[in-house]
Amino acid sequence: MDTQTKKELQKIALKVRLGIIEGVHAAKSGHPGGSLSSADILTYLYFKQMNIDPKDPKKADRDRLVLSKGHAAPALYSVLAERGYFEPSELLNLRHIGSMLQGHPDMKHIPGVDMSSGSLGQGISAACGMALSAKHFGDSFKVYTILGDGEIEEGQVWEAAMFAANKGLSNLTAFVDFNNLQIDGTIGEVNSAEPIDKKFEAFNWHTIVIDGHDFDQIEAALKEAETIDKPVAIIAKTVKGKGVSYMENAVNWHGAAPNDELYEVAMNELKAQLASLQ
Amino acid sequence: MSDVKKVATREGFGKALVELGKVREDFIVMDADLAAATKTEMFKKAFPERFYDCGIAEQNMMGIAAGIASTGKKVVVSSFAMFAAGRAFEQVRNSIGYPHLPVVIGATHAGISVGEDGATHQCCEDIALMRTIPGMTIINPADETEALKAVAAALELDGPVYMRFGRLAVPVVFDDDYKFEVGKGVELREGNDVTVIATGLMVNEALQAYDLLKADGINARIINMATIKPIDRDIVIKAAKETGAIVTAEEHSVIGGLGSAVSEVLCEEYPVPVVKLGVYDEFGHSGPADKLLNEFGLRAVNIVEKVKRAIALKK
Repeated sequence: MDTQTKKELQKIALKVRLGIIEGVHAAKSGHPGGSLSSADILTYLYFKQMNIDPKDPKKADRDRLVLSKGHAAPALYSVLAERGYFEPSELLNLRHIGSMLQGHPDMKHIPGVDMSSGSLGQGISAACGMALSAKHFGDSFKVYTILGDGEIEEGQVWEAAMFAANKGLSNLTAFVDFNNLQIDGTIGEVNSAEPIDKKFEAFNWHTIVIDGHDFDQIEAALKEAETIDKPVAIIAKTVKGKGVSYMENAVNWHGAAPNDELYEVAMNELKAQLASLQ
Repeated sequence: MSDVKKVATREGFGKALVELGKVREDFIVMDADLAAATKTEMFKKAFPERFYDCGIAEQNMMGIAAGIASTGKKVVVSSFAMFAAGRAFEQVRNSIGYPHLPVVIGATHAGISVGEDGATHQCCEDIALMRTIPGMTIINPADETEALKAVAAALELDGPVYMRFGRLAVPVVFDDDYKFEVGKGVELREGNDVTVIATGLMVNEALQAYDLLKADGINARIINMATIKPIDRDIVIKAAKETGAIVTAEEHSVIGGLGSAVSEVLCEEYPVPVVKLGVYDEFGHSGPADKLLNEFGLRAVNIVEKVKRAIALKK
C-alpha cells in the first residue's frame, strides 16, 4: 500500500473514531472500547475491500458484512455514515427514541446494515448462511464477519465454524477482534478461547494472525484470503479503546459513555491525531 | 374407523417439499441430522443438491437460515419441535424474528404423541414459545391434506413461519378440495349449542366428539384452527356470540397455546366460558402414542366432558 493511501485510510479511521465517541457520548451509553478496537478493520472493509454502493445499499450482488459482535454498532454506524450511507449527523441520535440507529445493528431500518445482530454468537451463522446462499445460487459476492474474542466463548460460533469448513465456504472471511478484554475482565481471567488461531485451524479454517490496526497487514491478509479455498479467520490483535488514551486496554470502557469532560479529552486527542496526518 | 387412511402430518410435510421442489428451484431445505425422522429426507432424495444437513447444531441452523433468507432466497429448516422452538428459541427470535426474515421452520415430533422417546422429546411448549415472537406465523395442520396445502402457502409468506407437525399417523380428515388459507379458521360442522375449536390431531377427535355430542342432543360447532397466529379473531368472536361457550382442544400445554390465544381474543372482545383441553402443566413420559393420548385425556370423550362443563358454565 502506498503511503498516501495508507494516510487516507488512517484519516478516515480517525473520523470514524470521532463518530464513535460523538455517538456514544450523545447516547450516554454504548460500547466504545470494542468499537474503537474494530474501527480500522471496518474502515478498510468499507473503503477498500467490499463491493458496495452506498447509493444502492440493497444491491443484490453486494458484498456483505455481519457485525457478529453487534455491540460495536457505533463503529459500524460511523463507518457507514463516513462512507455515505446516511448523514454523519445521524450518529448523534444513536440509541435515542425514534432513531433508526438502534443500540445494536438493525437491518430493517439502517441503510447498509446487512444483518441484525447483537446477541453474541449468532452473526457468524448468518454470515455462513449468506455465503452458502452465494455458493448455492451461483452469486459472486463475498461475506465478511467480525467476531469478538469474548464472543467466541459462545458455542454457536464453533457450530458455525464447523459448518463453514465442511460446506467449503471459501467466500467467507471472519475477523476476530482480539483485544483481550471482555466485560468481566481479560479473556484469560474470564474463560479464554485461546489459542484462537489453533482452534480455527482445528476446525479446518485457514488462519492469519495480524496487527488489526495496521492497514498493510489488513490488506495483505484479505488478499491472501482471496487465494484460499477455505473459510479464512483473520485473528486481528487489537487494542481495546484504541485512539483514546484513557480507554486503551481499560476494561471499564467496554460499555460506558464518557461524561462531558472526558468526551472533550477524547475528541481533542483524536482531532490532534487527525491534524498530525494533514 | 379401521378403513380410515392414516398418515402422519410430517409425511405431508415431506411430500409437500418434494412437490414444491418440482415446480420451483428458489428454495433450500436444511435439517439438523433428523432428515429421516422429519421427512425432509424425501426432499433430500429427490433434490440432493438442494438439501444441506447442518448436523446436530440447531442454533447454527437457524442462523444459517436467516443468512440465506437475508439474500432474498427461500429456505425451509427442520428439526423436532423441542429443538427448533425450544433449544433454538433465541436464534429464532433474534436472527429470524427480529429482522422478520421469511424462513419456514418445519418442526416435527410435536406433542405427547412422540411416544416412546418420552418427556425430553415431547414438546408441549412450542406454540407458547413461538407465539411470543412478534410477526411469527404459526400453523399446525390437522392432517396430511392440510399439511400439503399449508407448506405451499407458508413458502409464499414474507415473514417467518413456524409449522408444527406430528410423528403419529393420524386420520386424513380432509379431501383434496379442502381450502386452506393462512390465518383463517374453518367451520367443519355447524352447531349452535357450543363451539369446539381444535388444532392439529385434535381436529379429528373433535369431529368424533361432534357425533358423540349429537347422540346426547348437543349440537356442537367444530372449528379447525390450523393457524394459531395470527388467530382468526372473527371466527372466534362469531362462535362466542352464536354459541355462548367455547372448548379448545390441542396437543400442547394449556399454558400459552391455542386455548390461551382464543381466551385472549374473547376476554377483550366477547367474554364467554372457555374450557381448555390440552396438557395440564406436566411433562410427558414414554409409551405408545395412542395410549399416551388416552392417558393425557386428548380424546373425543375428553372433549365431550369439556363441552358439558362449558355448557354448564353458560349463564
